[in-house]
Amino acid sequence: MQIKVDPSVIGQTRWYEYAIRFLFGGLVTVAAGIIAKRFGPGIGGLFLAFPAIFPASATLIEKHEKEKKEAKGLRGTWRGREAASVDAAGSAMGSVGLLVFASIVWQFAPRYSAWIVLMGATVAWLTVSVLIWYVRKQV
Amino acid sequence: MSQILIRFLVGGAVVSAFAILGDLLKPKSFSGLFGAAPSVALATLGLTIATEGASYAATESRSMIAGAIAFMVFASCVSWAMMRYKVSALLVTICAVPLWFGVAFGLRYMWLK
Repeated sequence: MQIKVDPSVIGQTRWYEYAIRFLFGGLVTVAAGIIAKRFGPGIGGLFLAFPAIFPASATLIEKHEKEKKEAKGLRGTWRGREAASVDAAGSAMGSVGLLVFASIVWQFAPRYSAWIVLMGATVAWLTVSVLIWYVRKQV
Repeated sequence: MSQILIRFLVGGAVVSAFAILGDLLKPKSFSGLFGAAPSVALATLGLTIATEGASYAATESRSMIAGAIAFMVFASCVSWAMMRYKVSALLVTICAVPLWFGVAFGLRYMWLK
């Protein structure tokens, strides 16, 4: 299956849907900092992998797919749920990459420059995630 | 206060950027990878290293491993439940959040303490 870029999605998303994701992202980042200060980095660190905008994103995918089908005169409820489910399965694969990201920062942050470690860990997250996705597609 | 505002703005921007990137990509299983992007971690760890030091950030990252495993369980259950039961994405994802807490804190106390 080919990976494609679909810019039409930008037009489908309303301004308040972008605002909700910005708000949740900002709030979770603030909360992670406050929790780490109050309860220590051991607890605060858990929230670095909190599914902050997952409910908002899944709802958005479900809604957009449903609207697409309904515009063609079809019932889109099932298609919307299926799309959100497939997206969640992709996120489960991506979470392995997230684990690799965390392991790299844990091991290398005390020894190397912060920006190099964070960049390297992000590249590793993407590489591992895409590799798992690709292998899953081949099986 | 300014530190909180910076965290909020940086966090909101990084999370939104990854979310938009995910929106643009097809197929859905591939764009889903971006739902598990290290967006909150990137926004937080850069600031944490600058203010608290690298060792503090390393301790946070060690705990993040438990959070990532919890995320995997959460996303897998959400995916399965949406296909298995006729319920909305919002309901499933919100009901599954306690699962993330259970797995993340369970692993933290059993394995990382």
